[in-house]
Amino acid sequence: MDIISARDLNKEQIEDILKSAEKMEKKIGTPMESGNVVATLFFEPSTRTKLSFQTAASRLGMKYIDFHTEFSSLKKGESFTDTIKNIDGYVDIIIMRHPKEGAARLAAEVAESPVVNGGDGGNQHPTQALLDLYTIKKTKGKIAGVNFNLVGDLKHARTMHSLLYFLSMFKANVKLISPKGLELDPELIDEVKEKFNAKVEISNELSVEGADVLYACRIQAERFADPYEAKRVQKEFSITAEHLKGAKDDLVIMHPLPKVKEIALEIDHTPYAKYFEQAWNGIPTRMAVLDYVLKH
Amino acid sequence: MLKVDVIEEGTVIDHIKAGKGQRVLEMLGIDENYPHRVAMVMNVPSKKEGKKDIVKIAGIHVTDEMANKIALVSSKATINIIKNSKVQNKYLVELPPELKGIGKCPNPNCVTNYSEAGDVKTGFEHYKEKYKCTFCERVFEAEELI
Repeated sequence: MDIISARDLNKEQIEDILKSAEKMEKKIGTPMESGNVVATLFFEPSTRTKLSFQTAASRLGMKYIDFHTEFSSLKKGESFTDTIKNIDGYVDIIIMRHPKEGAARLAAEVAESPVVNGGDGGNQHPTQALLDLYTIKKTKGKIAGVNFNLVGDLKHARTMHSLLYFLSMFKANVKLISPKGLELDPELIDEVKEKFNAKVEISNELSVEGADVLYACRIQAERFADPYEAKRVQKEFSITAEHLKGAKDDLVIMHPLPKVKEIALEIDHTPYAKYFEQAWNGIPTRMAVLDYVLKH
Repeated sequence: MLKVDVIEEGTVIDHIKAGKGQRVLEMLGIDENYPHRVAMVMNVPSKKEGKKDIVKIAGIHVTDEMANKIALVSSKATINIIKNSKVQNKYLVELPPELKGIGKCPNPNCVTNYSEAGDVKTGFEHYKEKYKCTFCERVFEAEELI
């Protein structure tokens, strides 16, 4: 099967992947054999998603082939769909990131192999949200009833789109906190309220009050017409030790990374910071994803 | 009230959203080269909508596929198929449950607007009186697609 959007997965499938991730974590370091080959097609920069998929494939005993657009026939004018059709014949799974929204869905339409979306523009990043759920289950033991503050540029962050969908499905309580003008798409909020009877609050003021998990994402300064306004908002939405004074003792701070200015360096050394563990959890989660898409 | 001649063979499209009559003709491919009579009346008083447009087109019987397209710009339009100067069939246009290869995604960053995409047809699914792009997953009003 393909995993292109959070909407492609139901609760049972997600639970299966998370259980499998637990097993995969225990197997890391044990030699595994596989005859499968994975292609990592990243049409825009990536550190964690690409390398963790490649590591996950290697841990499973799979081989991977990489792709560099600047050295490919795309530079000679070959179309995206022709490129996918060719690579599809070489491999058993395609992992893809592309700046255009819907690119992974288009790849899945033309490819016979399973396609996994590693991020398509500002649309979706379902495997990031899966590793987020895995991290939450590891740190909090559950998802239902956990209070989340999702903070940052919620309009453009694909991670937040996938994550809100899953958190709503698993009955978490969500507060969406963003600068004015960077609120999450109201269509998506309405969708999760209708589908999952989700509890979603909206605010424009940064706060950790009542939160069990503070999930931050980058303020995308490049999207502001006024650089001064971008700096002001970045500063206003930068989480510092001061903000954490009223925090719960067991608050967990997460971030899909890369973080720039939205979390002060001093936070890295507090027990709240779980984002580096979260990034590591990408390995067992993506091992489970690779295994799952091959079997279903 | 303006008087327009009765047509013997053709289609009358009534209850078009005011100002969209010209767009309906364009969608049906009717331009200055069309060989038969065409009448368009704009801003006709209407009890239901306040005002509406009406078009009368001789020589063409609008098909279901054409009616689906008309629904995208005017979801309450009615189609009257005229044969031998009489209304043979009258029906309300219907927004189709899905569109493939019809309409353009208004999201400039959607892969369907990517010039190097290659073999791609737009796709939309009916979603709460609107349409959701099956690629970028964004939701739009039907008339934004045309």
